[in-house]
Amino acid sequence: MKLDTSGLESFSTLTAPGDDVAGEFSAPPSFQLPNSNDFDGFVKEAIQMVKPAKGTTTLAFIFKHGVIVAADSRASMGGYISSQSVKKIIEINPYMLGTMAGGAADCQFWHRNLGIKCRLHELANKRRISVTGASKLLANILYSYRGMGLSVGTMIAGWDETGPGLYYVDSEGGRLKGNRFSVGSGSPYAYGVLDSGYRYDLSVEEAVELGRRAIYHATFRDGASGGVVSVYHVGPEGWKKWTGDDVGDLHYQYYPVVPSTVEQEMAEATGA
Amino acid sequence: MARYDRAITVFSPDGHLFQVEYALEAVRKGNAAVGVRGTDNVVLGVEKKSTAKLQDSRSVRKIVNLDNHIALACAGLKADARVLINRARVECQSHRLTVEDPVTVEYITRYIAGLQQKYTQSGGVRPFGLSTLIVGFDPYTGTPSLYQTDPSGTFSAWKANATGRNSNSIREFLEKNYKEVSGQETIKLAIRALLEVVESGGKNIEVAVMTKEEGLRQLEEAEIDAIVAEIEAEKAAAEAAKKAPPKET
Repeated sequence: MKLDTSGLESFSTLTAPGDDVAGEFSAPPSFQLPNSNDFDGFVKEAIQMVKPAKGTTTLAFIFKHGVIVAADSRASMGGYISSQSVKKIIEINPYMLGTMAGGAADCQFWHRNLGIKCRLHELANKRRISVTGASKLLANILYSYRGMGLSVGTMIAGWDETGPGLYYVDSEGGRLKGNRFSVGSGSPYAYGVLDSGYRYDLSVEEAVELGRRAIYHATFRDGASGGVVSVYHVGPEGWKKWTGDDVGDLHYQYYPVVPSTVEQEMAEATGA
Repeated sequence: MARYDRAITVFSPDGHLFQVEYALEAVRKGNAAVGVRGTDNVVLGVEKKSTAKLQDSRSVRKIVNLDNHIALACAGLKADARVLINRARVECQSHRLTVEDPVTVEYITRYIAGLQQKYTQSGGVRPFGLSTLIVGFDPYTGTPSLYQTDPSGTFSAWKANATGRNSNSIREFLEKNYKEVSGQETIKLAIRALLEVVESGGKNIEVAVMTKEEGLRQLEEAEIDAIVAEIEAEKAAAEAAKKAPPKET
């Protein structure tokens, strides 16, 4: 996974002896640039083309009894909903979860790769890797691919010897430790519900319900989020999946249809 | 540079790696080093050849830190030791950087042993001519550990061990006299073991103690002299008790 820097090596040995005008010193390291007037703009556009928008809503928060991880299940390509049943919560190992936001392939592959690294660490060191360590491994890998078009906005949640752990890691190479995170296009809506309903000493049932409601509200307002709400709880024994409700059902659960009371009934117009 | 790909350490017809065995010879000629693991501390002791009058004795420290909680002593080629120690120190920091946790003693021992093994199976290099005694505290469980590596790249954990000159006699002594002790007793046991083969006196021994709270502490010459005197007194008392006629009618 080392950064490929062969393009930065000196090509001075390839120039023919007679060509070098300056003569004494070798040419600086260089690589071929595309023919364009605005190179910076071109690079920006190229990155944007490869980077799919993070159309999703995922959230995770630490509370007294562990970590709650919740996500929707919609995959969209622009305005087209390509799937309503994507697994956005990835089970790295029995005590660690990762969420998927951004490029689905990138997230899936690198989470699976992280799972391999965690297992190798366990075998070599006869102890489980900490959430800190696992998130750091992923962040370092993503940093080494920085600028190459990976799109990953993930949260690593788990329970280790020091208790519950939650880290946000993204493809820019950023890594943040925190108690509450939400990632994706629906995250503003999820934050609203999550932040207003959050207390550290929630019970497990209350916390699961909070996570579910936050995702539901995000799917209600954000077009790129929808499908099924999955909520996981990570406790000292590992993770456990709690819910997988369709947001359509949830909507009528939270806002059941009430037959509206008729204030005034329109009577037949009597001939005046 | 195809010339430098040729391996120096190759098998003999009867399955020996002679270069590795010669490296062990170099270790056997090196100064004695002993390590003793107690219940709450670990002690390293190294034979110190008398320093020349003009030499600054502080520059020849034989017991070194690899990290706050890990220390190393070795027997053999000291120049090789410097290289190995530097690589180990970098690895300790690199581990802290990549997993945000200090290394365990077992991890860094495995790394050093792996490095020593690599040099028995590479082209154009010779094995490191030293055996190391690595001590420290596990950052998670807080238990003290003592490990030994040798030029072949094998490593194992020990309750007490010795390497270098006359290590066999020291090990015999330790096997006879080892007890799970703590605190000052561990230091005494280590010095007693070293005194089996070294001229007594604080000038000829370098001793360091590793505790969980304080990390590595090098003992002053005066302190070592005091303990040596204590040990001599105990030995004398034991001799006298043996020689005195039994007090029975």
